[in-house]
Amino acid sequence: MKLAISLEDAVAMIPDGASIMVGGFMGVGAPRRLVGALAESGRRNLTLITNDTAMPGVGVGPLITAGCVTRLIASHIGKNPEAQEQYMSGDLELELVPQGTLVERIRAAGVGLGGVLTQTGLGTLVEEGKQIVEIDGKRWLLDTPLSADFALIGAWRCDYVGNLEYTLTAHNFNPIMAMAGRTVIVEPHEIVPLGVIPPDAVKTPGLLVDHVIKRAK
Amino acid sequence: MMDPKELVARRIAKEIPAGSLVNLGIGLPTMVTNYLPAELRVFFQSENGVIGLGARPPEGMEDLFLTDAGGGFVTAVPGAASIDSAMSFGLIRGGHLDFTVLGGMQVDERGRLANWMVPGKMVAGMGGAMDLVVGARNVIVAMLHTNKGVSKIVPECTLPITAPRRVSLIVTELAVIRPEEDGLHLIETAPGVSVDDVRAATEAELIVTGDVPEMSI
Repeated sequence: MKLAISLEDAVAMIPDGASIMVGGFMGVGAPRRLVGALAESGRRNLTLITNDTAMPGVGVGPLITAGCVTRLIASHIGKNPEAQEQYMSGDLELELVPQGTLVERIRAAGVGLGGVLTQTGLGTLVEEGKQIVEIDGKRWLLDTPLSADFALIGAWRCDYVGNLEYTLTAHNFNPIMAMAGRTVIVEPHEIVPLGVIPPDAVKTPGLLVDHVIKRAK
Repeated sequence: MMDPKELVARRIAKEIPAGSLVNLGIGLPTMVTNYLPAELRVFFQSENGVIGLGARPPEGMEDLFLTDAGGGFVTAVPGAASIDSAMSFGLIRGGHLDFTVLGGMQVDERGRLANWMVPGKMVAGMGGAMDLVVGARNVIVAMLHTNKGVSKIVPECTLPITAPRRVSLIVTELAVIRPEEDGLHLIETAPGVSVDDVRAATEAELIVTGDVPEMSI
């Protein structure tokens, strides 16, 4: 296993038709260089799992603009007119998931749980086609785990064994997705020597990380 | 005469006790911060992962990794904590959030809120709204009473609801309305507005018991 790889090597790993989950919230904490390179690669038929489609040119926006994505699982697309247009024209298949349910479905896949029971979505359009489970007289919606071929993670600091530290509102979905991708590729803001990130500050242990994008030249 | 949105924000600020943890939706709800003095030590939670959201930083001093849920630059107050999305929605669903203040498109006689979708029009997605309405201890709807002259307080929601839960309070520029088991109680009117004025602007039936006091701001 090669931990430090180039953007080109990373993109070459991801084939047409792959499912990818990408961290970030309105682009904050998204792996920007990796998204940009993937968008330029002209990949097709990707399934994208992400909180929101940000805006054109921001976060996962370039993947939408480039037409790489045919299936999208997200909680919000309201700030990206291109995502909305592709959905309305039928070019983009969309599954809208309440944000708290989305993150727990991803977490369930990453931590080996068979599903999530939540009251969010009960009695709304969201419950259509889903199983309802009754426990001690209380009704819950059953939501299924969500994994992907690749998790593309934006982190603040990464050390030489792949331990990750996140910052402020750039945590969001990143540490959760880092458990749920079959191959985990990280784009850190900074790469630091071993020991710089104290054990208590590590949110994603390096054992979960398959590849780290080399620093920008 | 006071700006209608300012009136709504000022009235809602009165509802929030010292030390509360509060989530504010985008738009009108955000204005509530302007009327909560710092000595109340109210902490604002933002679903993208911060407890203790502060004001916008000075121009040129923004931190790219510290934004609100709309992607706008913010600061963090002393005592703030940054969290990932699983923790953020765990707090929301788990009943640890004292208040959410949300905008509304419709509220009906059962106190049900619709604020995430207009069928046949551009789809934005529910983002965190469904989790917030399901999980917050108190849900306050902050909205203008009518939209282009049409009442937003209706006998039964025609738009898809956000959750079947009965919201705690509705505050508009005309009235304060408390949904209860038997229907919508008109509990306050805005300065210079009569009970008949509110009734005339409201499609839903309003329950009035005795004299209705004027909104205190």
